[in-house]
Amino acid sequence: MALTEQEILAGIGKIINEITGIPASEVSPEKSFVDDLDIDSLSMVEIAVAAQDEFGVEIPDEQLKNLKTVKDVINFIQN
Amino acid sequence: MNTDQVRVVVTGLGATTPLGGDVASSWSALLAGQSGVRNLTEDWVDSVPVKFAATAAVDPTEVLPRPEARRLDRAEQFALVAAREAWAHAAIEKVDPERLGVVVGSGIGGITTVLAAYDTFKERGWQRLSPFTVPMLMPNGPAGWIGIELGARAGVHATVSACATGAESIGYGIEMIRSGRADVVVAGGTEAAIHPLNIGSFAAMRAMSTRNDAPQLASRPWDKSRDGFVLGEGAGIVVLESEEHARARGAKVYAVAAGVGYSADAHHIAQPDPTGAGIVLAMRRALENSGLTGADIKHINAHSTSTPAGDVVETLAINEVIGDHPLVTSTKSMTGHLLGGAGGIESVFTILALHERIAPATTNIEELDEGVAVEIVRDKPRALPDGQIAAINNSFGFGGHDVAVAFTSV
Repeated sequence: MALTEQEILAGIGKIINEITGIPASEVSPEKSFVDDLDIDSLSMVEIAVAAQDEFGVEIPDEQLKNLKTVKDVINFIQN
Repeated sequence: MNTDQVRVVVTGLGATTPLGGDVASSWSALLAGQSGVRNLTEDWVDSVPVKFAATAAVDPTEVLPRPEARRLDRAEQFALVAAREAWAHAAIEKVDPERLGVVVGSGIGGITTVLAAYDTFKERGWQRLSPFTVPMLMPNGPAGWIGIELGARAGVHATVSACATGAESIGYGIEMIRSGRADVVVAGGTEAAIHPLNIGSFAAMRAMSTRNDAPQLASRPWDKSRDGFVLGEGAGIVVLESEEHARARGAKVYAVAAGVGYSADAHHIAQPDPTGAGIVLAMRRALENSGLTGADIKHINAHSTSTPAGDVVETLAINEVIGDHPLVTSTKSMTGHLLGGAGGIESVFTILALHERIAPATTNIEELDEGVAVEIVRDKPRALPDGQIAAINNSFGFGGHDVAVAFTSV
């Protein structure tokens, strides 16, 4: 059963909060991980692994590089 | 002699120890003669012959934000907690980043990270390793994190000399300022090594006390029935500053970091040289480097760890170099032995002893070993004299490292 965008966003917000301390409420789809949320590449690896556990979708390294915004991750998980 | 050298002063203190989560609580517990030793309750305790340790009074994960704590080894957590306290205490509003340095080491590094990460690796594969595993396990991690936080660009260093690490770091910090490389240096030691592998390994050396029926009486330097050291954890950090820099900003000065003496036993990888020649040399060099004489030294925070082999020889060396007049204490009787953190917290205690003119006691001595050749402060703290006085913090480490750091009152 596919998750809605809202459900995925909530899950990503929880993961980002756990890893970086950024409030989940600040994690909105248009936010850039690097420019807006100030998340470094090591933390992105942690987020990708946690997202894999949460959503059962593997994010390969070569794809991770292309995921610039929260919306990019949502789309990747949905598709 | 150092008369033409830059004078270095201490303007900030930070510590998190088995006695308290900061300097004030650690120091008052120390003067009250409290013990930081606790029974271990972890499920692995049945697998090791030592069932107690001097665990940190305040768990650093209770103080640090969770996202920060999860990417730090416990030794890094202790170091950051203590460095933040020391930095806030020094209240330096402005320093040229290129003139600010860090020297913080640990004896063992991020060993709990190494072992936990290896379990993760074996059970779940490399993909599940934290991307922070390497910065957590590297022994220069604590120095690196502090340097990043403070923006220190004069140089960030991590000296490693087992149980002499903290004192060696402070000595190196003094030298950074004296040689003109920095105006301010944050220096000290940290350790987080309470793990069954370490306890088992030290026990395999027969180095640890196994007084399981009375853990708080186990660390008893110079007592006739001492049977080994008690493992402790935590960090002690000082802010060192050139006197000129400190005076220009009207800083409160706690002591002068007068000088340091280093030597090496070149005798045995883990046993002290029974002649004490290395200790004698280190203390002699500390006096020369500080422009002090033995008569100036009124207090010594000794290395003595409660092991049968090491304690008495240190007192013989003190007697030979300094005399039998200083009030000698081992605060390890209350804090346990913090390994690489020992020189850090014990320098903090030495500075406070000068500043407040009081020498903490050595607890747990029931019968003084007859070989002890100096005056040991027992049972209750003793007052130190007025006027210009000096003190030494001794720290020695496996590998044969001997370090003596000298401080004078202001």
